[in-house]
Amino acid sequence: MIPLSWYIMLSAALFTIGVVGVLSRRNIFIILMSIELMLNAANINLVAFSHYLQSLTGQIFTIFVITVAAAEAAVALAIIILLSRNRGSVYADEFNILKG
Amino acid sequence: MIHQIIFLYFATVILVSALLMITRRNPIHSVLFMLLLFFHIAGLFVLLNAEFLAAVQLIVYAGAILILYLFVVMLLNVDQERQSVRANRFWPWVAAFGVLIAGEILLLISRSTFPGDAGKTMATPGAGVMELGQALYTQYLVPFEIASVILLVGLIGAVMLAKKAVKE
Amino acid sequence: MPDMDQILKIVYTLVIPIAVLLSFILANAMYLQYVERKIWARMQARLGPMQAGPQGIFQPIADTLKFLLKEDIIPAKADKMVFVVAPILALMMAFGAFVALPFGPDTVLFGNKVHLWVTNLNIGVIYILALASVGTYGVILGGWASNNKYSLMGGFRSAAQMISYEIPMAFAIVTVVLMAGSLNLSDIVNAQAGKWYLFTPVGPVLFFLYVIAGFAETNRTPFDLPEAESELVAGFMTEYSGIRFGFFFMAEFMNMLIVSLLVSIMFLGGWLPLQILPQTLGGITSIHWFNKVLAGIPPTLWLLAKMYFFFFVFSWVRATLPRYRYDQLMDLSWKFLLPLSLATLMIAAFLKQAGWL
Repeated sequence: MIPLSWYIMLSAALFTIGVVGVLSRRNIFIILMSIELMLNAANINLVAFSHYLQSLTGQIFTIFVITVAAAEAAVALAIIILLSRNRGSVYADEFNILKG
Repeated sequence: MIHQIIFLYFATVILVSALLMITRRNPIHSVLFMLLLFFHIAGLFVLLNAEFLAAVQLIVYAGAILILYLFVVMLLNVDQERQSVRANRFWPWVAAFGVLIAGEILLLISRSTFPGDAGKTMATPGAGVMELGQALYTQYLVPFEIASVILLVGLIGAVMLAKKAVKE
Repeated sequence: MPDMDQILKIVYTLVIPIAVLLSFILANAMYLQYVERKIWARMQARLGPMQAGPQGIFQPIADTLKFLLKEDIIPAKADKMVFVVAPILALMMAFGAFVALPFGPDTVLFGNKVHLWVTNLNIGVIYILALASVGTYGVILGGWASNNKYSLMGGFRSAAQMISYEIPMAFAIVTVVLMAGSLNLSDIVNAQAGKWYLFTPVGPVLFFLYVIAGFAETNRTPFDLPEAESELVAGFMTEYSGIRFGFFFMAEFMNMLIVSLLVSIMFLGGWLPLQILPQTLGGITSIHWFNKVLAGIPPTLWLLAKMYFFFFVFSWVRATLPRYRYDQLMDLSWKFLLPLSLATLMIAAFLKQAGWL
């Protein structure tokens, strides 16, 4: 028997790793993958609660999260391709032309 | 007991590969660790009696999204990555902040009780696929349709963005 | 502390089935290569391997020894970790998919009830689909890690091809699942009692879709562009040698076997015996007796016979058809197979609801 809190702790740790990745890395790919990491942390939570509360709602939400993640990845990668085509870089801190 | 050992294995691999994922210099190595992570999250889903979601996790995340990442990483040049700096200049602060927040959440969780700890869990014969499908097409029909529209918009948006402008 | 009974149970339900399955796969992967070379040779009016043993029967052993003993070269500028991981990944995914395939109904063997599968997953079809989609990584990463433009091109081509053909393949499988009402492979076989899905109204279209997509997924002619030797040397395998090349090679063969098995299971009734129109012609005595003899053949033999038949079709196609051009390959998938598979799914849903399926 695994306590529910273990799952929540795991998902909290994973989410924090994702946040640190988003905030500290320069490469846009890693930033995007860290966002996927955060979504996955949320998924673990949803499925764990669905299991322990005996309700399928969590699993259905997970399916929606995965759908949105797929759409997000497609659009984000298209934007990255455009960025690297126009500016020749994939580093987030080099896109600073709006800085005054 | 055996379930707890399996959980701890999955959790350790997930956390270690997540850490390796955000620290690798080469994005392709990051993708590899992400793949490892997705596999172990699918394993967690199996542990939670959600076999269908485990398979969906592998098909969509590992089989589609991550392959797309790999494809784009390989298309764009990664050689410049080898010499450049990995993180921005705030990273020590961000990492410290992350450790702080994680510690705080873990402390809070360890002090609270959850309804799930009563020991009742869901038993799903047939992996619950039928129940899942019925719920998706009745109770959650509108979100389901909206999700499919989002996918369509994503599809068209990605094509429109990445298409090279045709020169007259 | 687990007692003797528990250990015995683990041995019976896990160790022995996996050992049997492994030896089956390895023997097949070794010997089918020989059989395939012989088939090509016959079709091109040659003899094929003849030197090792009578009729070249020991050729697979010689090949295996060569794979094992050859120097294992890792290119100096290759990404070592990815280079090493890629073939293992491809092989693991192919092995993993085999675990979920049933080889027959429950049978009585030496007085014990025996399952002819390692695990009978409730989501067997999706599981195999998932592992097949992850198997693509081996090819892409192998192509990238070699640091060779031919390998990289091969990896790219393979990635695009596998992603494109996965979709019609998945739709064909989903339609079969819709017809059977289950994701479990054993249930899909049992649902075909009396009517193989190949002979239902939408069956031939699905069969066509699945076989074409299966050829593309396994990188076989006419879709073997990732390793087209006239353009890309050997595609993603260019820099691989020795045992790592053997891993890729075996993974490809196992994927072919998996596709053959899945075609047999989903469209040709799996282990159900062939019956010649029992309703209409069953009254004729000779046909009745013939049907009885056919039904007497053990189920697993039926499944294996169907699998080997499809293996023969794979070799046949490879020996006869030329290779597609790359843009034609993409056009075929996105402009023809995908709309066709969507239309078939809708028609099948309609027929199922109307009770005609």
